[in-house]
Amino acid sequence: MVLPDFSIALPEIFLACVAMALLMVGAYRGNKATSLISWLSVLSFIIAGLLVQFDGYTTVTTFDGLYRDDAYGVFMKTLCLGASAFAIIMSIDFNKREKLVRFEFPILIVIATLGMMVMISANDLMTMYMGIELMSLSLYVTAAFKRDSVRSTEAGLKYFVLGALSSGMLLYGVSLIYGFTGTTNFDVLAGLFTGEKEEAGLGLLIGMVFMIAGLAFKVSAVPFHMWSPDVYEGVPTPVTAFFAAAPKVAAIALFLRVFVTPFGELVDQWQQIIVFVSIASMILGAFAAINQKNIKRLMAYSSIGHIGYALVGLAAGTEEGVRGVLIYMSIYVVMNIGTFACILSMRHRDGMVEDISELAGLSKSQPWMAFFFLIFMFSLAGIPPLAGFFGKFYIFIAAVNAGLIPLAVIGLVTSVVGAYYYLRIVKIIYFDDPAEGFEPTTRTQSVIMTASGLFIAFFVIFPGPLLDGAQAAAAVLFP
Amino acid sequence: MLDWPILSTVTFLPLIGVVLILLTSGKEESAARNARWVALWTTLFTFVISLFIWINFDNNTAAFQFVEKSSWLGNNINYHMGVDGISMLFIILTTFLMPLCILASWEAINVRVREYMIAFLVMETLMIGVFCALDMVLFYLFFEAGLIPMFLIIGIWGGGRRVYASFKFFLYTLIGSVLMLVAMITMYFIAGTTDIPTLIGFNFDPHLQLWLWLAFFASFAVKVPMWPVHTWLPDAHVQAPTAGSVILAGVLLKMGGYGFLRFSIPMFPEGSEYFTPLVFALSVIAIIYTSLVALVQKDMKKLIAYSSVAHMGFITIGIFTFTQQGLEGGILQMISHGIVSGALFLCVGVVYDRLHTREISRYGGLVNRMPRYALIFLIFTMATIGLPGTSGFVGEFLILVGAYQVNTTVAFFATIGVILGAAYSLWLYRRVVFGELVKDDLKNIMDVGRREILIFTPLVLVAFWIGIYPEPFLDVMHASVINLMDQHETAMQASKSILNAAK
Repeated sequence: MVLPDFSIALPEIFLACVAMALLMVGAYRGNKATSLISWLSVLSFIIAGLLVQFDGYTTVTTFDGLYRDDAYGVFMKTLCLGASAFAIIMSIDFNKREKLVRFEFPILIVIATLGMMVMISANDLMTMYMGIELMSLSLYVTAAFKRDSVRSTEAGLKYFVLGALSSGMLLYGVSLIYGFTGTTNFDVLAGLFTGEKEEAGLGLLIGMVFMIAGLAFKVSAVPFHMWSPDVYEGVPTPVTAFFAAAPKVAAIALFLRVFVTPFGELVDQWQQIIVFVSIASMILGAFAAINQKNIKRLMAYSSIGHIGYALVGLAAGTEEGVRGVLIYMSIYVVMNIGTFACILSMRHRDGMVEDISELAGLSKSQPWMAFFFLIFMFSLAGIPPLAGFFGKFYIFIAAVNAGLIPLAVIGLVTSVVGAYYYLRIVKIIYFDDPAEGFEPTTRTQSVIMTASGLFIAFFVIFPGPLLDGAQAAAAVLFP
Repeated sequence: MLDWPILSTVTFLPLIGVVLILLTSGKEESAARNARWVALWTTLFTFVISLFIWINFDNNTAAFQFVEKSSWLGNNINYHMGVDGISMLFIILTTFLMPLCILASWEAINVRVREYMIAFLVMETLMIGVFCALDMVLFYLFFEAGLIPMFLIIGIWGGGRRVYASFKFFLYTLIGSVLMLVAMITMYFIAGTTDIPTLIGFNFDPHLQLWLWLAFFASFAVKVPMWPVHTWLPDAHVQAPTAGSVILAGVLLKMGGYGFLRFSIPMFPEGSEYFTPLVFALSVIAIIYTSLVALVQKDMKKLIAYSSVAHMGFITIGIFTFTQQGLEGGILQMISHGIVSGALFLCVGVVYDRLHTREISRYGGLVNRMPRYALIFLIFTMATIGLPGTSGFVGEFLILVGAYQVNTTVAFFATIGVILGAAYSLWLYRRVVFGELVKDDLKNIMDVGRREILIFTPLVLVAFWIGIYPEPFLDVMHASVINLMDQHETAMQASKSILNAAK
């Protein structure tokens, strides 16, 4: 018997071992060891990141074609690992102050991240589902992590019920696809549709629609977005910060992989669904956020809108489109981390606040935090020369080149509507009279804020590495 | 030609001032004082350096000069800077107005002085960048980024309804610009490059040109602003601090006119020709309508804001005549309007600093207490009317000459606008400066001080210089303007011959 090549999955195997080892540490040392475990998790992310890099940029498959590693995977995994690492770092201070110190939290994030990496490397519908479930189950637990709070447990339950429903839909789609094609392997599926322009057939089409529904739920795209404002608002803020970044990246990565590799030839069949989903997400994200008072809820709608923009790139169905999505998601993650570092610093002496009006006059009490908040808001709105503009720019280049000019126009117009509520935050920070000042930001939070702020502000000068990396990663999906 | 990248130097020099201001720390007051001085010296230094552009400028060529090019985003999107006879004077205008703006804010701005000076210096970089950029994406970057500091300037240091005005300004301009962005992406898709000189030589499909032209028009018409999308301007002007108004009227509005000259006309000749009647109609409406609106204003700044819309109407007429007189008149009028309307806003600022009201009825008889102020205000009132010998005359005259060659009706209505312009300007002057000095709080009002004279002197000199001896300004433009006309002519000939062949 020949053993499969384990080295390809080395980063994942490493993370799995680390998660178990840390669990042991936690089990013996208890909550005292939380900060040690947190930092060890971050360290393990860094090591896993290095392993991902060394693992190589060549496309290889293993486990009988169930598992794949390529430059696309390297790009997305690096992004996920980075986002998760920052989420853990941001949570440390918060959990201490809120008396939420539990050693399980970083470990759950490690396991969720492991699920994400499996999703990204999936080369088979079964692997895909395993990855999704590993990630989702860990996320359900983290959502209900603040177990004494009704809001948090409610959010966790809501997330779990709806998430299970979406997994069911996804699984149903998978079974339909298997039933009508006789395979679950991406490469084999892709082989079925090459050559002659083949019709998908009704059964397969319905299967694809169910898959889109399931994946749209995971990325919280309209019309499967309802859970996200409630969950974002209900769960503890570091968990929101985590939800907004890494899982979205992984789900989008999977979305692209599934619809570009096996179903790439059927682009005519699924394109209109994605176009609809992306337009609906952009519009809802822009309009629904206008009247929000809670900053976390606002960020939920904002992220729905941003997913809509990212899906524009998928709708294009071209290499340029994929590249645009990769650039967009990278910048989106950095903006989100930065913004949540700011949100996590919104605290009075007697606890955290989440109301936007509490930000009034921040520019006077904490000029630097206010300045970075300003940068993130304008970047989220897509105003040049900040990085957020380039994300949109490349997405819309792809859309126009694919002939989707109306989509590009709608997207840009909704971005103007969206600009309104980002401006409103800037207005509250800079134009309004000061409210009660916040406590000083902790050092980790300021470092994260500053680092991501500088990235956003100076991306315009050094765009090369990210653009080239995304280019190389996108090329893999279009052999 | 110089062997160092002068355009990048001038563009990014103000950012060094920003860094210096950030480095200075200390107590509120000393930090404010340092910020003022740093900003003043930076802008003065930038102005002096920018003069080297003019000195070394070659008047005999229409080609882009002082060109800098280096790779940036890849895929034919480059960092490409350069100037020609059309853009060069706008750079000088910007760098010339900036130190005056800083001086005008010297005492008027007392809160958050550091942030204020930083916003202005960033603004300067972005404005100069707009006029230097020879790559569409780079242009868009500078063009749009300018919204951020201006939004803050209006919103933080503005008047009572500053929030409303700043939002209106931002969103109006943004919606126009995103349509332009779609057009730019489409052009990039078709031509494969965003390089402006290459695109000028690229012939877009005539039918597509109409759509592209409209998309660019959406952005520039808001910026100019043309009727009926001008409504953000009075709000923004009234609420902005004095120096903000100067920058708005002096430079930001010119970006729209410059955009027509740089993009619409050379890149879409057929689109421009096709939509010329539209531009003429909107401009004539703007001239007559906003002049009438200006007549009934009760707020000084609002009156001048409406007069700006009317004057910009002249400029768009001049540009779209495609005649040498019209184009040169349009450019010169933009420079002149930048100086004169800027100066008028400064004049309002002078009395506003003293009485904190802009209502016309609160003034009257100022000549008794403020003779020097009355003289300065008179000079600029005359300049805005277009009295021969002042800068307003030359531009307006050239525009009308150009318009007359193309369309006498338009010239007729535009000339009515001149008369109306005289009416509202003189009436404003009469109400503010002449009459009895009856208001109690005006009885102790102080005449312009040394700092204010320092601000106005260069403006007065330039206003007369352009009025009496405009040659140095026009010489700069000749080659580029003639080149622009030739291109337009050739494109029109070509499309005619295609049409004939099709018949």
